Amino acid sequence: MGISILFVVLVAFLAGMEGILDEFQFHQPLVACTLIGIVTGHPTEGIMLGGSLQMIALGWANVGAAVAPDAALASVASAIIMVKGLGDGTATDPKVAIDAAIALAVPLSVAGLFLTMLCRTIAIPIVHFMDSAAEKADFRGVEIWQILAICLQGVRIAIPAAMLCMIPADAVTAMLQSMPEWLSGGMGVGGGMVAAVGYAMVINMMATNEVWPFFVLGFVLAALGELTLIALGALGIAIALIYIGLKELAKQGGGSGGGSGDPLGDILNDY
Amino acid sequence: MAEIKLSQKDRMSVAWRHQFLQGSWNYERMQNGGWCYAMIPAIKALYKDKDEQAAALKRHLEFYNTHPYVSAPIIGVVLALEEERANGAQVEDTAIQGVKVGMMGPLAGVGDPVFWFTVRPILGALGASMALGGSMLGPILFFVLWNVIRMAFLWYTQEFGYSVGASIAKDLSGGLLGKVTEIASILGMFIIGALVQRWVSISFTPVVSTVEQAEGAFIDWASLPAGTEGIKSALEQYASLGPTGLNVEKVTTLQQNLDQLIPGLAAVALTLLCCRLLKKGISPIAIILALFAVGIVGRLLNFM
Repeated sequence: MGISILFVVLVAFLAGMEGILDEFQFHQPLVACTLIGIVTGHPTEGIMLGGSLQMIALGWANVGAAVAPDAALASVASAIIMVKGLGDGTATDPKVAIDAAIALAVPLSVAGLFLTMLCRTIAIPIVHFMDSAAEKADFRGVEIWQILAICLQGVRIAIPAAMLCMIPADAVTAMLQSMPEWLSGGMGVGGGMVAAVGYAMVINMMATNEVWPFFVLGFVLAALGELTLIALGALGIAIALIYIGLKELAKQGGGSGGGSGDPLGDILNDY
Repeated sequence: MAEIKLSQKDRMSVAWRHQFLQGSWNYERMQNGGWCYAMIPAIKALYKDKDEQAAALKRHLEFYNTHPYVSAPIIGVVLALEEERANGAQVEDTAIQGVKVGMMGPLAGVGDPVFWFTVRPILGALGASMALGGSMLGPILFFVLWNVIRMAFLWYTQEFGYSVGASIAKDLSGGLLGKVTEIASILGMFIIGALVQRWVSISFTPVVSTVEQAEGAFIDWASLPAGTEGIKSALEQYASLGPTGLNVEKVTTLQQNLDQLIPGLAAVALTLLCCRLLKKGISPIAIILALFAVGIVGRLLNFM
């Protein structure tokens, strides 16, 4: 158990780093929950939890200075709780443990959000130290402060993870087993619906009158069970290319008119 | 004097460090620390004088914030500018900062919809749908595909920015970026539509009607032949009658009625409601918690 805690904390550290860097995606539930499942000996449950949480977190993204619910703490902490709940095997029904972990993930993502805001504030003095290092052309100094800032974000998740590991597994199992059916079942029902919030966030970012019809097409076509996600993706790309091609054609036909018809290009030209 | 050039090794080193762009993200100058950190190999290669090095470091600690991937072409352009400057060309500090600020806004407008709202949801949903069945392939597929796409993008767009230098602004206005964004948002909306249908699950359990079915529309369990012959007969009847053939009474739930209109109608209604609420400024967390509450109440009162 001792070694596996070490690995859990390591995964938590990676997830915390990635929560801010957003490059390798160790903070995405699909990756983080799977890794925690593997290092604690519950790979299948970890993967299933990761899949469920990923569906919920699809639309969570940091845009500009706004911070989205924190996927890193949500996936790491809920995976640890699920593992505790599973105990050494037959103690709890895996489905109950996974559903409970999903429901817990949401308040955890808010806690993570506050922690990341805290780190982003602490980073202000850090860049001031970089300023003074730059003053002296001290490359090493700038690098060390940058690395420290990244580690700070890693520790942000690693400490809560280590604390969760200290909770005795019996307590979590007992709690899960004493949960009435309406509560665990109800959280399962809620878990099925919350994915809608993530999708709504994506829609609000992209929706214009022009692209709504494509939403309808995707929605209606998805009812055909034979179409896999890859097939739907190919279909989507084909439709997008056809539409853009036709639009281009129509523009050439129209020929005249002011502006380049390309708002982004116009913005760039104005700079 | 020989011309100073950034070697491929220098540029790869910048590209590697550029991955840590957001590490010291702060509320004052946002990605400035990470940007400076990424520029260090180039500054070392271009400037040997201590004062010049200090000036360069300070120059690259200015405010900066964009999408972390589309920042790659920007750093490519800035590398080209710094190279010219090191070779004696008249490139002012304000020109460098101007290029950064001028490009970061429009490019972030491309990076967010393309990476966060199209590529990640699609790869994430693909991986997650496999993972729900417990397949290891799901997470591996997501992780590998994402990082291959990301790293290729970071390197090649940085090289592109470096090779075209300051003239990139002209290239961008060719409309290519606008087109990429448009394709991404069409594809994104299409896929989100599909995901709403497949993965938002609401099931209303109230029974709308219970009808006694006519003779022959259900399996008459009492008069089946005995033994395996009976099982065979029951299965044959089931194949032609469908699930409603199991009982004498045909039970229709509210969910079945809704699905007859369009499968997933309730899911899309819920999603649109969420869009509405989010636009009104209600926090996504509040909506998520409310949905859990609705789920529990629904279960308690037996309508979900």
